[in-house]
Amino acid sequence: MYDSGKVILGVAVFLCLASFPAWYNVITSKADYRPDPVIVVSDNQCIESTQYMREYHMQLLKEWRDDAVRNGKTIYTASDNKTYEINLTGTCLKCHSNKTEFCDTCHDFSGVSPNCWDCHNIPKSGK
Amino acid sequence: MEIDRRKFLQITGLTFLALAAKPAFDLLPRPVAANASSASQAEAKRWAMAIDIEACKEGCTDCITACHRIHNVPDIGNRKEEIKWVWKDSFANSFPEQENRLVESTFQGRSVLLLCNHCDNPPCVRVCPTQATWKRDDGIVMMDYHRCIGCRYCMAACPYGSRSFNWKDPRPYINEVDDSYPTRTRGVVEKCDFCEERLARGDIPACVEACKYGALIFGEMKPEMEVYKVISSNFTLRRKAELGTQPQIYYIL
Repeated sequence: MYDSGKVILGVAVFLCLASFPAWYNVITSKADYRPDPVIVVSDNQCIESTQYMREYHMQLLKEWRDDAVRNGKTIYTASDNKTYEINLTGTCLKCHSNKTEFCDTCHDFSGVSPNCWDCHNIPKSGK
Repeated sequence: MEIDRRKFLQITGLTFLALAAKPAFDLLPRPVAANASSASQAEAKRWAMAIDIEACKEGCTDCITACHRIHNVPDIGNRKEEIKWVWKDSFANSFPEQENRLVESTFQGRSVLLLCNHCDNPPCVRVCPTQATWKRDDGIVMMDYHRCIGCRYCMAACPYGSRSFNWKDPRPYINEVDDSYPTRTRGVVEKCDFCEERLARGDIPACVEACKYGALIFGEMKPEMEVYKVISSNFTLRRKAELGTQPQIYYIL
């Protein structure tokens, strides 16, 4: 191979640069970052288990939306038979009143921007 | 079991015949669960409103203010982009097809309260491509702002101009946002929904509650209800009834 030294050096430099995001995050330990939503709750548990809410709150909220708007259903019965009013601002945000420290932490981290807040109000205290 | 060619073809043919007959079979009349349909018939509600034009005080806007306050309706201050759920207009503009001169002269200069007519046969619902607006069983023509794509077909279809489009984010134009009711966003159509959120709680619509003169009568269309009695015992007009939309706002002359 002609100019093997230059080629190998070039490939090495290229690999270093291409993998920059990966090793930079490892070195600066940014890869370990986990969003840490601050929970200010009056109850100990949300309407379903924490794990369930973490994984499926978006589906649950969509069900709530369709139930409340289209099916005229205003009461949600949780798996432990407790009932809750279907109301984003009234029920969810009553406990999770700190949108910036709770909702936004994970949403910003995972790069999603739900458009709920275009219309639904955030109670004054949580802005 | 041994299957020869003849047998195989026979079974295949019979299978296709059965599949072809299925749609025809589905069309056959079947015994319906009789109690289910009659029960929903008995429960079927139909909200309606009567507006007494004489009792409605000239210059009073209490109902409009109350409605627009609790529903976070913005005040854009520009007629081209205005958002309105309830509003007033002159008698001549509200009932352009009325050619009875006596009625015209009696009510000339009077303003009439206008809102969504919650038609029995709503043209807005027929044209909505996403079913963002639809008629509920109790007659309320509802809006689902989540589904509205802002095509404004419904605005073109509504003969009453009851629908408004959000040309821009309405929030900066709302004097005081009521947290308990969502605002709307840019690009959706909105209109009166007979205060369905209040009806769900057992309250009457905000405009009816706000009227000091008893000009608005709201209720179910049942013989024992007041709204039914006033509509059946007075001469009433409905806006553009000749279009066949069956509006459910009745104007008492």
